Amino acid sequence: MNPAPSIVFFTVASGAGYGMLFWMGLLRPLGLVPGTPGFGAAALGLALVLVMLGLLSSTAHLGRPERAWRAVSQWRSSWLSREGVAAIATFAPAGLFFIGTIGDGGAFTTLMGLLSALGAVVTVYCTGMIYASLKPIRQWHHPLVTPGYLLFAAFSGAALLAMLGAFWGQAAGPAAIAALLGALGFALKRAYWASVDAARPVSTAESATGLGFIGKVRPLDPPHTETNYLLREMGFRIARAHAARLRLIASVAGFAAPAVLLALALVVGGVAGGLLAVLGTASALLGLVAERWLMFAEATHTVTLYYGGEARG
Amino acid sequence: MTSLPTPQPGAKKLGLVIDLDTCVGCHACATNCKEWNTSGHMAPLPDRNPYSAGQEGVWFNRVHSYEAGDGEDGRTVHFPRSCLHCETPACVTVCPTGASYKRAEDGIVLVNTDMCIGCQLCAWACPYGAREFDDDQGVMKKCTLCVDRIYNETIPEKQRVPACVSTCPANARHFGDLGDPESAVSKLVADRGGFELMPELGYKPVNRYLPPRRAPKADAGPPKDAGPLPSQITNPLLRWVDKVLSR
Repeated sequence: MNPAPSIVFFTVASGAGYGMLFWMGLLRPLGLVPGTPGFGAAALGLALVLVMLGLLSSTAHLGRPERAWRAVSQWRSSWLSREGVAAIATFAPAGLFFIGTIGDGGAFTTLMGLLSALGAVVTVYCTGMIYASLKPIRQWHHPLVTPGYLLFAAFSGAALLAMLGAFWGQAAGPAAIAALLGALGFALKRAYWASVDAARPVSTAESATGLGFIGKVRPLDPPHTETNYLLREMGFRIARAHAARLRLIASVAGFAAPAVLLALALVVGGVAGGLLAVLGTASALLGLVAERWLMFAEATHTVTLYYGGEARG
Repeated sequence: MTSLPTPQPGAKKLGLVIDLDTCVGCHACATNCKEWNTSGHMAPLPDRNPYSAGQEGVWFNRVHSYEAGDGEDGRTVHFPRSCLHCETPACVTVCPTGASYKRAEDGIVLVNTDMCIGCQLCAWACPYGAREFDDDQGVMKKCTLCVDRIYNETIPEKQRVPACVSTCPANARHFGDLGDPESAVSKLVADRGGFELMPELGYKPVNRYLPPRRAPKADAGPPKDAGPLPSQITNPLLRWVDKVLSR
């Protein structure tokens, strides 16, 4: 599948934004993040900017962005529509949460924070389901895809909160969470790759053409001599060597290194700890970009079976 | 609405039956489809660089050619690929806007290009590559089963079939109601063992493909009515007569 930069950026940015929103809603009442108006404004401001930039970026993928408003109408059947509804609905408590943290920050703010956290989970879940519900792409139609979306959002959000918290001298809570989730993310991604590499493709050139009863099916003449939309969008291929290298970058820079750096930040504390948190978070976000890009680049669509692309292991 | 219509018993399921035995791979169906539809319901079907290298465009019908099997049993099979107007089309249910829909009255899957936002999720959701993006208009396009021909009372009744069916010189394409077991197309499917594509994905395509017939097994020996080979005739006179008569 073609890794459109607008979608790669969208999932990383709004994932991190919703992750921050989630942890702010949960950790603020527990006193695990600084309770000052300054921190609230900075953290929630950054979270909302990331969410909005991500959503705006996703509209760049549309052929008719001016009609984007229509996308909230079909929530009964469409995960994309549900994502839109959840994203918009989450803005209401999130906005009040933002205002509340700058103001008195009382029980109402806590409630809005919890509602924002819930909205964040629902929105990211819907994003994951958009991909996980697509049967023609076996690497996406996989039980670990939606948990991955949720986990990576929670992980990058906690990392960003730890980084910001370090500037206020209180990063321990989110740093510990981020270190733990980074380790979990590493394990989940390894398990996912092992699973998709081992799985046999559901559909084959034989089932796609129905000619399997004759024997093995090989393309003889393509239907067109130049490329087309299907091949550009669905037939994107990545060299195996590049994929292996990017998997290493994604798992190490995206998860392992940030987990270690944030755990170290927890131990060291102070200015050095803050520096480690910044490094860890930057590494996490860069690694997640590689991970999201790979998520597209390594995915194979059944339409390529008609063009002789064998589903790769 | 992108929710699917509730299936009614005996409801019409208009679709195509494509005979892979008789298809000669001439691409006439694809060409006539393009010709009709570029001014039809989903017009226009754009082309980029139509007269130079890098030509590409939106087509609703693409004709692949495959080799299946090996050696004596191997076959060359021409394989037209277009929308199968599935009974459970995920391309419709994933649509966030309601632009994609399946008609309750005949099962045709269509796109309302005035509502489409061009998110292209439907193209990802279609296992068969039936949907192609028009980047001039920024909307998705697909086979309409020539909805603007089959009900068109301004053209002669004989022509009220999809453009691909009307043009096929080998009569390899058939159009009809696959929801009616008594229809000509349903009987054809039953007689010839018509199959659906990628049934394992559960989209329940309406269109059916008819398998290439098995080539008759070549007999090891000569045909029964054939005479002996010249080398088998021992009498030189008879060998000469055989040679003369065989000229």
